[in-house]
Amino acid sequence: MTTSQSNRRDFIKSSGLAAGGLWVGVSLPLAGRLAEAASVAAPPTPVTAFVKVAADNQITLIIPKSEMGQGVFTGLAQAVADELEVDWQKITVESAPVAEVYHLPFVPSQFTGGSSSIAGSFAAMRKAGATARLLLIHAAADTLGVPASELQAEHGMVIHAASGRRLPFGTLAAHAATLPTPQDPPLKDPSQWRYIGKDMPRVDSRVKSTGKALFGLDVRLPNLHFAVVARAPTFGGRVASLDSSAAKAVPGVIAIKEVPSGIAVIAKHTWAALQGRKALKVQWQDGAGATFSTSQLAKDYAEKVKQSSMVVHTLGNPSAVTTGEHLEADYVTPYLAHAPMEPLNCAVDFNATGCDVYTGTQFQTGDRAAAAFVAGLNPEQVRIHTTYLGGGFGRRANPASDFVREAVSVAKDFGAPVMTVWSREDDIQGGYYRPQAHNRMTATLAADGKPLLWTHTQAVQSLTRGTPLEKMVTDPKTGVERLQHEGASTMPYQIPNVQVSVHDGRAPVPVLWWRSVGHSNTAFAVESFIDECAHAAGIDAISYREALLAEHPRHLATLKLAADKAQWGKKLPAGRAHGVAIHEAFNSVVAEIAEVSLVDGRPHVHRVVAAVHCGIAVNPRLIESQIEGAICYGLSAALFGEITLEEGRVQQSNFNDYPPLRMAEMPAVEVHIVPSTDYPSGIGEPGTPPIAPAVANALFALTGIRARRLPLTHTSFSPTKPA
Amino acid sequence: MRLTINGQHHDIDASADMPLLWVLRDLVGLTGTKFGCGAALCGACTVHIDGVATRSCVLPASAVVGKQITTIEAIGGTPLGKKIQDAWVAEDVPQCGYCQSGQIMSATALLKTTPKPSNAEIDSAMNGNICRCGTYSRIRKAIHRAAEG
Ligand code: FES
Ligand code: FES
Repeated sequence: MTTSQSNRRDFIKSSGLAAGGLWVGVSLPLAGRLAEAASVAAPPTPVTAFVKVAADNQITLIIPKSEMGQGVFTGLAQAVADELEVDWQKITVESAPVAEVYHLPFVPSQFTGGSSSIAGSFAAMRKAGATARLLLIHAAADTLGVPASELQAEHGMVIHAASGRRLPFGTLAAHAATLPTPQDPPLKDPSQWRYIGKDMPRVDSRVKSTGKALFGLDVRLPNLHFAVVARAPTFGGRVASLDSSAAKAVPGVIAIKEVPSGIAVIAKHTWAALQGRKALKVQWQDGAGATFSTSQLAKDYAEKVKQSSMVVHTLGNPSAVTTGEHLEADYVTPYLAHAPMEPLNCAVDFNATGCDVYTGTQFQTGDRAAAAFVAGLNPEQVRIHTTYLGGGFGRRANPASDFVREAVSVAKDFGAPVMTVWSREDDIQGGYYRPQAHNRMTATLAADGKPLLWTHTQAVQSLTRGTPLEKMVTDPKTGVERLQHEGASTMPYQIPNVQVSVHDGRAPVPVLWWRSVGHSNTAFAVESFIDECAHAAGIDAISYREALLAEHPRHLATLKLAADKAQWGKKLPAGRAHGVAIHEAFNSVVAEIAEVSLVDGRPHVHRVVAAVHCGIAVNPRLIESQIEGAICYGLSAALFGEITLEEGRVQQSNFNDYPPLRMAEMPAVEVHIVPSTDYPSGIGEPGTPPIAPAVANALFALTGIRARRLPLTHTSFSPTKPA
Repeated sequence: MRLTINGQHHDIDASADMPLLWVLRDLVGLTGTKFGCGAALCGACTVHIDGVATRSCVLPASAVVGKQITTIEAIGGTPLGKKIQDAWVAEDVPQCGYCQSGQIMSATALLKTTPKPSNAEIDSAMNGNICRCGTYSRIRKAIHRAAEG
């Protein structure tokens, strides 16, 4: 099995000439979570994948998903290889160009997000494989003059057992391409799977271990120039005056150009561009946010959540609950940058046939439309070439297409291809953060300790306001965006009276989804506060949750698996404690039990036991790495992650003051999968939300101190509480 | 200036302060060495200078004239480098993969001086290499596998 990064322009041409080969494209049956959104937009005949069987027996999969580390190329190849009956090593995977045939079924867009990469295309890929197999069998039946029922496919060949004749797929492909496409090819029984459900090796490990994988930043085109952009220090700021004489004098600098987002310095290489930018003398006119501070926003939000907000979910009669033990607490989470390892970048080549855009994007369709708009071209004249993504985490799926728009502006009329490169400082300070949020929680406990009433009031910005996606995720009745309160309104605990409300926050800070979207905030509030309820009731944190989850068998199974594997309740070494959290996101349920201690007064996480309910585990090893990664990502944020602004200026700039977790801080992570035959559900994101509350709950168990604000650096934990 | 990169001489026309990272990537076209922070904070740009793991993003190219510069593109040509890359594949270490060139260069330098590292030795040798995807435990396993194999 290999991956191919051949020139996509060649691919576009060759896809028109299927001569000698068989192409199968399959549309996606709506399933699971996607079905819920299907009514939103009637899809144009969506095709989620192509399988190509060439005359030389080479099998190629063209996958319209961005590979950003989640293993989508691998997981989908497994589904196809199994149904097609080919050997794993014979498959090549390519990423697709932008075309309508690759649109997702629920939104007319090519998009990688919502933890839907494998889950969303699993059925389609199986069907693609099965369709191709059946066509090849029919072709063999014609060739051999035997009934199809006497034939079977195996290891890339059609076999006639009675006569011992074997025909390689490649020799049948041309004829198969002329046969009518079978509509409902039989799928293999799961007991016959050879690849699905197995720990198949990633298809991209080798290229990614030898420096050969091509990321956006690695694109090299003839006469490629490199640019960096000086952007206003406040969001919405503009250039007031510019003196570029010193910058122009920097050797290697070719041009200085004003673009809507600032001043671009175009040079022969990145270093000259960076030096040129340093030499610019720019006076900036402040934007609307020049007086903004995150500390003031926190104060405003704390007030807002006490006032009436838009109710988005009600159960029972919340205002009728007047007696019982009353608890309340406020949970605060900060702005967060995604900080993918590969800084943003985008190369743009204007040429005689339009414009070629090379970038690691999660949102090809939106970026193409934006690029065409800025370029003054039709979308069909813009070709998006998706490279490997050096991490995405949501940042490369921007409905505003900020980094693509800007790069097109920079390259337009320059006369040579230009790659716009973001430095790490540009990435940390350039906006599009997970929004800061305030969660006000109240509960009233009955005599048995169970909640009679639960209220959750949030103040948080909308992620999609003003973008083409706003309508799709906003409830027309309340005007509130679903992404703001997901995880709060879907809180699973069985409580008779519930009210969830949202104050729609406004701030001059661009925001965007960040691995697990709304859940990263809401899970911290819900799972910490239920822990507070359990403590107030004097009941064990897991037993308490179990008693309230009777109607959620997947949650119960997941929680039990985690508790068993972590040996919940067992006495830990002195100075250590366990904490638990469980959360459902993207249809998957994840429970995490963190074991913590304090090292020099600071939290250290030694071990995390995770249990995952994600339907059929297409590739357990990929699932393990996604959960490990999601925990690392969430733990970085929980321990240290915070973007703050003063006078409209972002205070952090690089990995020194926005530190990700490093190896010595990485806990041992164990991942256990709940066996299931349900349709596969998301896995890239659901591991992130539970880690912050699991750690905070463990720290409470250890010290008696409840951290209600992230990151945990804001809480001082005294040494181990007296027994 | 004349640089010796992966055993080959390259005549480079660049200012003396230009970091080796940009010489490699933008002038020589060796893009396996990555840019992550530009400030010696993340390790994505790690190369070997006379066998020592070094952050190329803050290293002026003029400082390494006459030294042996080895990058990810050539490390597989050594038995140790090959063994480490094979271990990386066997453990399926990479997720997005962007940090892995630097991780492998740091790991190779470690095993050269410490053929059987303990977990603590691995942690301290690798702590300058950030992985945003969280592949740390597989990196550790792969280093042990390479050390044993
Ligand atoms: S790019 Fe050199 S250490 Fe980060
Ligand atoms: S694999 Fe993505 S940053 Fe390490």
